[in-house]
Amino acid sequence: MRFALRQISKAFSAPVLQAIDLQLLPGEVHALIGENGAGKSTLCRIIGGLLAADGGTMTLDGAPYAPASRREAAARGVRLCLQELPLVDTLTVAENIFLEALPARWGLLDRRRLRDDARVAMDRVGLTDVDPEAAVGSLGVGRRQLVEIAAALAYPARLVILDEPTAALGPVETRHLLELLGRLKGEGRTFLFISHRLEEIAAVADRVSVLRDGILVATRDVAGTLPAEMIREMIRLMVGRQLDEQHGESVRPAPGGVMLQVAGLCAGTAVRDVSFEVRAGEILGLAGLMGAGRTETLRAIFGAGPKEGGAIKVHGQLVAVRSPSEAVARGLALITEDRRAEGLLLPMGIAENVSLAHLSAFTGRWGLWRSGAERAAAEEWRRKLAIRSRDIHQPIGELSGGSQQKAIVARWLLRDPDILLLDEPTRGIDVGARGEIHQLAREFAARGKAVVVASSDMRELMQLCDRITVLSLGRTAATFDRPDFSEAALLTAALIHHRQAAA
Amino acid sequence: MKNTDSLRLVGVLGLLVAIFGFATDSFLSPRTFLIIANQIPALLVVSVGMTFVVLIGGIDLSVGSLVGLGGAVLGTLSIRGSFPLPVAMGATLLCGLLLGAANATVMLRWRVPSFIVTLGMLEIARGGAYLVTGSKTQYIGAGIEPLADPWLLGLSPSFAIAILIVAFAHGLLTLTVFGRKVIATGTNEEAVRLAGIDTRRIKLAVFAASGLLAAVASVMHAARLGAADPNAGTGFELQAIAAVVVGGASLMGGRGSVARSVLGVVIIAVLDAGLAQAGAQEPAKRLITGAVIVVAVVVDNIRQRRGVQR
Repeated sequence: MRFALRQISKAFSAPVLQAIDLQLLPGEVHALIGENGAGKSTLCRIIGGLLAADGGTMTLDGAPYAPASRREAAARGVRLCLQELPLVDTLTVAENIFLEALPARWGLLDRRRLRDDARVAMDRVGLTDVDPEAAVGSLGVGRRQLVEIAAALAYPARLVILDEPTAALGPVETRHLLELLGRLKGEGRTFLFISHRLEEIAAVADRVSVLRDGILVATRDVAGTLPAEMIREMIRLMVGRQLDEQHGESVRPAPGGVMLQVAGLCAGTAVRDVSFEVRAGEILGLAGLMGAGRTETLRAIFGAGPKEGGAIKVHGQLVAVRSPSEAVARGLALITEDRRAEGLLLPMGIAENVSLAHLSAFTGRWGLWRSGAERAAAEEWRRKLAIRSRDIHQPIGELSGGSQQKAIVARWLLRDPDILLLDEPTRGIDVGARGEIHQLAREFAARGKAVVVASSDMRELMQLCDRITVLSLGRTAATFDRPDFSEAALLTAALIHHRQAAA
Repeated sequence: MKNTDSLRLVGVLGLLVAIFGFATDSFLSPRTFLIIANQIPALLVVSVGMTFVVLIGGIDLSVGSLVGLGGAVLGTLSIRGSFPLPVAMGATLLCGLLLGAANATVMLRWRVPSFIVTLGMLEIARGGAYLVTGSKTQYIGAGIEPLADPWLLGLSPSFAIAILIVAFAHGLLTLTVFGRKVIATGTNEEAVRLAGIDTRRIKLAVFAASGLLAAVASVMHAARLGAADPNAGTGFELQAIAAVVVGGASLMGGRGSVARSVLGVVIIAVLDAGLAQAGAQEPAKRLITGAVIVVAVVVDNIRQRRGVQR
């Protein structure tokens, strides 16, 4: 199998992939690496038939290849194994593995053959201790991942794309999977393999390609290079050479007393041991790769998600925040990552959206609603933050992402909390609005308040923050002061627990 | 835009009245309208509660049975317990309030959908009604009947009370902070919760109010019969949901209005009375009423979707 991409490009609102040239050879494990947002997943989706490229061509064994669906890609022998697991919880492992071609006799499900075939497919990936008849919903994340991989390998696929297959696996399962890849490539199958665990790549890949900002910056042979050297080289390529780009301007006054202190926070499976503190007048960044626990940390602090352990101090006082309403009463505010699902009242106007967190400000006698005061406030904030809309009554769902986000920022500035938690505050927002939102965060901090920003974009954090705490697999890995900011240092810290897991 | 929704419903109502006016000799008379007006108070009051429930994205199937249970409590206390009527009424209202709150408590404490919880309460309350009355209709007598008898311009005190409740509820929804919280919760509960508002208290209040209003309806119903019938209110929950939906509310929550639900009740009542006077038998009446409900909602959905695209 020879697979070639020529000049593949894709843009959503901004370019995501630019003129990608890539060749995959028969029987190779080809690793694809890059920072969050570099374009890895988009590239996989294009090859796997989930997305169409805007430009460029693909060929498979010399014949043109442009799958319109995942099904069409599979018919050509290309299998995509995604990170988010599209499994049916209520069906059995066996049924999930063979979902698209369930064995049947006279229209009846052939249970015995299904069971036997599934057993073979499961044994191959090391799921020896799981019953093929067990419901997928009863399995943990790691096992589910293996079911997904078993499903991808159960068919005679020639190219298998694995998007972070080992992210959810423990060391034993990981080793087993890597050995399996080694065996299968001997049978002539090709793998495109995404991972953040560079040790793994150094151990198993034949070649590695590096994406940065939608550009394929390099393809290197892995074989013949010492693992440690290879890892250094990969980090250098992911980060790029212009290591010391300017980190924004603003020298702000020295921070004041500690406003928020988090110690040993544990929350669900994603947050295992997170500690940091933020001072008055300071913007703290929370960095980390996918699955580092940034979002879960903020939600646990705000009382919006599970929290099993750890101490949270606000203004030096130990607090037990059990719900968002208690958090708000303590002067906390959270702007979530998913605006549409968790922030906006889509059919309502700016007015209703801006007043939501501070209804008491618009409550008159007998609980009567002061709609005049609400309108005035909405007009004022619309002007101040330059929110673009017909008027304050236009449904907010019709506005741009930037305007929507500014309305939510206005909602909290109106409430005037002491501590602002921002989760991916500029995701899906154009460059102009992004700068404006950064400026609002700076002004807020300059008034002696505290800001915590979680972002997958390390460059954004380096621009905006005074300090950055890096999380790795749910643990605080390191905290950097502004003079020590560098993408290489942040990325190395973010990978630290991944490396230990792989070792 | 909301005003045009109401206007359209008024138009539909006018059209129905005109059709029945032409089709029958007797429909267009004050008597018809007085009969309708004195028939609908119980359903009006229940529909007000249902409007709030539907607005927060819930459903309350227990209201019909609560009407039956309320009447049973009222009859038993006032006749067998020989309590004064006002005391018996107070106990009835309290009973409705508490059972409505019980619905909400189970919903919130164990995260059970309102459909399931109130379906359970539908059976429980009906069973309770049979138990309390010994499955027999109890005559309450002349003490309660004046509530349903013609009083001012031929209208009953029940009707006047229903109108007061409607006016109060409409004001509550459109003019107060509570109303804003209800609509916002139905629009995006998670956003409201993350804005620091305790949505559980809103749900508790709404379901408790729905139970209380069912109890009010039970008193009105008992007054009209002069008796406590353990079968009273059977199917009320569905009639109320139909009225609320014909009034343009979305069962997904966030959209609905008390005034428009009232128009929904009146439209269904006029349809019912008009078809009866036109000589339609029960089967035809039900077929036509059902079709009208479905058509009303389909038309509203089409219009709504166009509105979104625009």
